[in-house]
Order: sequence, then structure tokens, then C-alpha cells
Amino acid sequence: MPMTERNPISTGSDWTFELIQDYDREIGRVAAEFGLDTYPNQIEIISAEQMLDAYSSVGMPVGYNHWSYGKHFVSNEQHYRRGQMGLAYEIVINSNPCIAYLMEENTMMMQALVIAHACYGHNSFFKGNYLFRSWTDASSIIDYLVFAKNYIARCEERHGVAEVERVLDSCHALMNYGVDRYKRPYPISAEEERQRQKEREEYLQKQVNELWRTIPKPLGKLAHEDVIRFPEEPQENLLYFIEKNAPLLEPWQREVVRIVRKIAQYFYPQRQTQVMNEGWATFWHYTLINKLYDEGRLTDGFMLEFLQSHTAVIYQPPFNSKFYSGINPYALGFNMMQDIRRICENPTDEDKKWFPEIAGSPWLETLHFAMQNFKDESFIQQFLSPRLIREFKFFSILDDDVKRELEITAIHDDPGYRYIRERLSQQYNLSMNEPNIQVFNVNIRGDRSLTMRHVRHNRRPLEKESAEEVLKHLRRLWKFDVHLDSVQDDKIVECFHCRESGFEVSTPDPDKELALIQKA
Amino acid sequence: MSYVVDRRLNGKNKSTVNRQRFLHRYRKHIKKAVDEAVTKRSITDLDSGESISIPRRDISEPHFHHTKGGKREIIHPGNKEFVSGDRVPRPQGGGGAGGSGSGDPSNSGEGIDEFVFQISQDEFLDFLFEDLELPNLVKRQLQGIESFKYVRAGVVNDGNPAKINIVRSMRQATSRRIALGASAKRRLRAAEEQLKLLQEQDSILRDKRKEDELENEIIKLRRRINKIPFIDTIDLRYNLHMKQPKPTSKAVMFCLMDVSGSMNQAMKDMAKRFFILLYMFLKRNYEKIEVVFIRHHTSAKEVDEEEFFYSRETGGTIVSSALKMMRDIIVDRYPTEDWNIYGAQASDGDNWNDDSPTCREILMKDILPRVQYYSYIEINPRRHQALWREYEAIEAAVPHFSMQQISEPGDIYPVFRELFQRRPAHS
Repeated sequence: MPMTERNPISTGSDWTFELIQDYDREIGRVAAEFGLDTYPNQIEIISAEQMLDAYSSVGMPVGYNHWSYGKHFVSNEQHYRRGQMGLAYEIVINSNPCIAYLMEENTMMMQALVIAHACYGHNSFFKGNYLFRSWTDASSIIDYLVFAKNYIARCEERHGVAEVERVLDSCHALMNYGVDRYKRPYPISAEEERQRQKEREEYLQKQVNELWRTIPKPLGKLAHEDVIRFPEEPQENLLYFIEKNAPLLEPWQREVVRIVRKIAQYFYPQRQTQVMNEGWATFWHYTLINKLYDEGRLTDGFMLEFLQSHTAVIYQPPFNSKFYSGINPYALGFNMMQDIRRICENPTDEDKKWFPEIAGSPWLETLHFAMQNFKDESFIQQFLSPRLIREFKFFSILDDDVKRELEITAIHDDPGYRYIRERLSQQYNLSMNEPNIQVFNVNIRGDRSLTMRHVRHNRRPLEKESAEEVLKHLRRLWKFDVHLDSVQDDKIVECFHCRESGFEVSTPDPDKELALIQKA
Repeated sequence: MSYVVDRRLNGKNKSTVNRQRFLHRYRKHIKKAVDEAVTKRSITDLDSGESISIPRRDISEPHFHHTKGGKREIIHPGNKEFVSGDRVPRPQGGGGAGGSGSGDPSNSGEGIDEFVFQISQDEFLDFLFEDLELPNLVKRQLQGIESFKYVRAGVVNDGNPAKINIVRSMRQATSRRIALGASAKRRLRAAEEQLKLLQEQDSILRDKRKEDELENEIIKLRRRINKIPFIDTIDLRYNLHMKQPKPTSKAVMFCLMDVSGSMNQAMKDMAKRFFILLYMFLKRNYEKIEVVFIRHHTSAKEVDEEEFFYSRETGGTIVSSALKMMRDIIVDRYPTEDWNIYGAQASDGDNWNDDSPTCREILMKDILPRVQYYSYIEINPRRHQALWREYEAIEAAVPHFSMQQISEPGDIYPVFRELFQRRPAHS
């Protein structure tokens, strides 16, 4: 490295608003040189108490009131007070302008790290990644949250806190099933939302009324309709289905369902891009800060402190360590980003064989391409290199309940690379990890009961206690009996029934149930 | 372009509403935890909050998820000696290699199944004293209308003419006149002196023009001084009177405790806890309440709160000394037409045998007719003595006298509740 003259931005460890602005300007300048495209930043300095607040509202700057947020707050506060938990140095919100919270306790070095990490790393990821681009609308989310908060507050005034809380509880239980996994929703805008909300109430009710008409139709048609299932196709978005079709929900309750659903949808991309998002942000704080150091704008002391924090963030404990709690997304993400750069700049023969299309290509473009067009699952499938598998010493354990022992199916060796990569990618596939549950049928001509279907993957059963609770919540929204069939190898193996009289699990007669499937 | 915003001054209690809702939702659980906590706590802890634990499953938010079973394959980092095809025994207890077993490890110390959090002292006391109330507050409703009296509260610049403070206004006027006229007066004096000097000179030598000038100035200055008003509106000062609430209903609580040699440390501790609960309960519920602490062995002494709870004495026991003192204090300071009087006595039941009838007499004749309520707790795991028997006779005869026995710390709270249960308005 050529010796550069040291001209540091600051030397002490205390921050001031001027210094934050100076660092931000410098980091922003370097980020632009690397072609990071970001929303404007809004950096907010907050105290530790405020950070606790921000924590418990799951990072939403405005949120409606609900006891569960109070529970999170209380437990975070407890852990923090006891010193069992440090607070995050930063929280960043996918909005335009991009809001980043910085804690006042941070040192100047930490503030700079956080600015590089959040305001340029995460920010450019939010703006560039295809999932965020197509599923969330950064410019309107804050407005929407304000609308939601006010709407729910109005409902509480009109219908009572307890009543609203019940609906919210039920919706929260189904929140993971309130997202469209494949269809792209319309961007949400608060202004429009308000205007359309009333129309929608009336219209929706009419739709529902139509579905549940009790006036008999001419006899000739009936025979034909008997075979038609409703919904015709299984529906994966349970909350959407309820919002549109639940027979007895009040209009305001439908709107509450919709609000929870919209918020679930907003967070869905984040759950799918954890490794990439953190990896990208970590890669850029590392790269940007190093660049500034090379330019002589940072002191050696700053750099030592920085490297200490950085290494702590990307530490991956091995599986048998007492600190191990799964794969650290920061570690995996950061190393993969670094690795892609290495493959571009200094490819080995192995890399050329495995990644012919990117080995030797301009790294900045390749990295941006990877950031923009993948999610965790496909990113790992596409870019995890044998070298990294060796470095992490990944191995795969198969736990099959019909076998007495666990089996090591693959390790970090030649025959294992592809297998490990495939498996690891599946580990980040949300739809594989959450039970696959869909709306299957509604008995519209009979008792109006709702039947859901759980398709077992790898014979993995549902946890009964929580299933019971969730079904009770579902029944509260649907207001008629709810059934859940667990299907394995085209056979129904287990049924959960949630009736007015209570909850019940049954094992069905296989022949009879099979017939129903075939008809479907 | 970035904006840096300082949000530190914004409210930091954004979560208050959510927190309150959480507490409200689980108040039954919290109540139970508080009840348990109070029996375990030591006295000095009572002014801190409490950590509450609730079974985690009671407050979980349900979601669909998988349970053990079926086929599962998980990638782990940090392989050391495995090669593919190896078979390893399944770890016991399900944890270990389990991927979706939701981070159970660590968190040692408290049971994993408990959700633990902290409530503040205020919240703790709210839960503790919930649905307890001082019995039969019959004379006047404490929450009733308050009467006010006016007290002087200094002097202000505004007010109505009836309240002008003349002395202060005049003083203000004088000082204003001095301040405004000072320079003119000084110049006047100088001019007069000059004129005098001039006039003393021989008339030929006199500078006529200067003399005129001085005379003019003297007239001007005189006029100016005269123009300063004797009193001005800005000089006016008014007396201020403020309304001060005057309690129409006052209560006094007498705490009597035996600190004699026969009371051992554990007994004293228990008595202290009972009074602390009592005292905090009163302090909390009634703003206009006085507490008199009387401790006794062979003789009684009125003490302050600190000494009552924290000083040690030894000696024999004459209970009637405390009762006599209570009677005297009532007569002296707490006329029954102004005060609601409550008595609470704690003792181990020991007494000079011939003193117990005296106690009954004093209570029946002098004290019980004057008080709203009198409670007696006996801290004694053993059988009862003479005092208890005498008091039993009183309990049978007087409805507003009650007694309870406490034998271990865990009993205090239930007894406390029993004594001060919410009662029908007139009983």
C-alpha cells in the first residue's frame, strides 16, 4: 500500500453532530464511487430507551397498539437491564427517505460503522433488490403505518379495546399466512387507502353476501354446482381469503385483517433476504471504511476499534460451541460477498470450473447483479463456492425418525459440495420451513365449515398445541367450524377439528378421504 | 444527501400503552406473582419493584409450526472429524443438533419456561393493594368535597384594588422617584451652586448671559423633577392569597408494637412487615392521614417511623402502657369530631398477667368508643395467653374490633387482607 498522508476526519472517540455529518459526507462520497444507489438518508440519533421502544415495535416507526408489543418491550427491557443483551447499534427502516436510528451511546467509530452499514449498505439493498422493489413501496410505508395506527385507534374507540384486540390476536396468529408468495401486490398508498377504504367496505360486504346467498337457485344448476369446490384453487394466503370471504365479519374487522396482512407482506422480503441483506451491508461497511482508511481519512486507533467490532459481527461459532445458535447470517453473507469479489478478481482453476460466467468478470457489476436479482435461497444456490464450504467446514446431518441414528450425509469434500449447497439453499426457503397450509374447501351449501389442508413435507408433523390455538383463532374470524387435514403421500393422516363444542384430533378412514381428494 | 435529526428529546415512552395493555391482559398472573413475592420479600425491599414471572406458554403467541418427527436435514458449520456416511447417536433431550428447536440453550438461571419481567414499585403496590380498603370510613367521605381556606402567599404585581399592599406600593413609589429624579436633582444642585457663586460676585463682573442660562436650567430641572408622579400604576403591589385545601376528613392510624424482650427477632420482623404493609397502604390510599407509632415494653414511647421499625429494645411487657399512651394522645391531639381513628396492635401475647384485664378496660372504655376500627395481630406460634383471651371477649362484644394470629411470615399477607377486606359501606 502506498503511504498516504494521514488527514483524519476526527481523532477522538466522542461524536458530535458536525462529525456525523462529516463522516456521512465522506462515506457517501466513497459509496457513490462504488456505484451504490441509495434512497436519501434520514439519520436519527436516539437514546437507549428509545431504542428499546423501536425494538419492540419490530422496527416500525409508527405502530398500532397491541399487548404483544408490550410483551416484547417488557422482555427486552428486562434482558437489557440485566445486561444479558446489548442493544443493536442501529435499526434501519425500508422507507424513502431511509430512516436509520443511531444510538447516542455509540462511539464515533461505531456511528461511522453504522452509517456505512445501514445508510449505504442496507439502504442500497432496499432500493436495488428485486423482492423489495416489487413487493414493498418504500415511499408510502410510513403513511400506511400512520393510516393503520389511526384506523385501529378509531376502531378501539368505536368497538372497544378488547374487541379489537381479539381480532388482532387472531390475525397475528395467522400473520405468516397472510402473504402472497408469488403474486405481486399493488403498492399501497395511504391517501388512496383512505379514499378507497369506505368503498371497499361496502363492496366487500356485497361480495360476501353474494357468496352466502341463501335463496335457493333453480334445481337444474344445483347438481352441477355440487361438484365445484370453493375456492376452486387452494389458497395460500389465509388472511386474504378471510378478508374476502369470511361470512360474518364486520366491515371494520375485514379492514383490520387487511392491515395485518399488508404489514406481513411488507416484512416478507426481509425474511427472505436475511443473509444477503446483512451480508451486503457488512461487506460495504468493511469495504467503505477500509477505503477511507486507505485514503488516510481515519486514524489507526479508529481502524483497530473498527476491526474488533467487525470481527465480532462476522464470527461463526462451530456447531459444538456453547455459543452456537445456527448459522450466523452476517458471517455467511459477508463471506459470500467477499468470495464473489475474490472469484471475480483472482479466480482459481476450481472457481473457473464452477463459476465460468463470473470468474474474471468486473467484480462491482457482478456483485450488484447478485444483490439485485436473488433472494437467500437462490443466492446460495448460485454463488456458494466449494472454497467457502471448506472454510466454513459445512456438513449435513440427516435426522430421520424411523432410523435409530443420525446420519452425516455430506461434508465439505468433492462429492459433497453440490449436495451441501443444495441443502443449505433449501434451509433458507421459507416455504419449506413453515408448514405448508392452504385453504382447501368451504362447505358453502352446508354448515359453512372451512377445511384447510396441510401438506406434509418429509413426513414432518404439525405441533398440536399451537395448531389448536391457531385454529381457535381462525374459527374466531371465520365464525364457523374449521377443519385442518394433514396430508402425507396423498393420504389424509391426521385431522384437526375446531368446532363450537371444542377441539378434537382424529385419524380418518383413509379410503373415504382419498375419494374426496380424487374428486378434487 | 442525508439529514441528521436529534430525536433524543422526543418522548421515550412510546411503549407505555403497549406495556399497560400487556399488564392488563395478564393481571391475574401478575397478581398471583405479587402475592407470592410479598411473603418472600424483606422489609427494606418493599419500596422497590418486583420481578414477575409468568409461565411462558401462557403468554405465547401461537403459530403453526413443525414438531419433532419426520425427516429433517440440517447444515452445520465447524465440522471436525465427520466424514460422509458416519452415523452418530441421536443426542438426548432433543436439543443439540436440532435446528428448528428454537434457541433453547443458554438463559440458565431462571427456568426457560418462565417469562420474567420487572414491574415498578407503583405497579407492585397497585397489585398488592388491589381491592383492599380501609374499613368503614364512616364519618366523612375522604373523597368528598374539600373546603378551602385562604392563606397569604406573598406579594404580586397584579390584583384588585381591595388587596393593594400600601406599604409595599409606597416603598416602590419612593424608590422609583429616587431613581428617576436622581440625575436631575444632582444637576439642579450644581446649577444652584453655580448661580449662587455667580450672584456673590460683583455685579459688574457678573456674566449676565450665564446667569440667565443657569436660571433657565434651574426652572427646567425643577419642572422636570415635579413632573415625576408621586405614585404610578407600576408601583402598585397587591397581596396574594391562595386557596389551600382544608381536609374536612382526617384519619389517624395508631401503630402499637411490643418490642419487649419476649419478642424475638423473627417476631419483631413479622410485626414490622405487618406495619409496613399497613403504613404503605395508608400512605398510598389516603393523602390526609397521620400515623402515630407507639412502641412499648414496660413503658410506652411515641417514636417516629424510622425508630419504630429499626431500633431495638429489651425488657418486660406491660401492654396497657401503650394503650394508655394511645388514649392520651387521642385526647390531646385527635379530637374525635375531626379525626377518624384507627388502631393496629402487634404483640406476641406476652403480658403481665394482672395487666391484661386493665388492657381490656382501657380498650373498652376509652379507646374503642373513639376509634373506627381496631385490629390486633398476635405473632405467636404457641398457644394463646391471657391477653388473647381478654381480647376474645372484646371481639365478641365489639364489631369494629378484630384479631388474627400470625405464626410465620407467609401468614402476614392473608391476615392483612382479611383485616382490611373491602366491606359493605355500612356494617
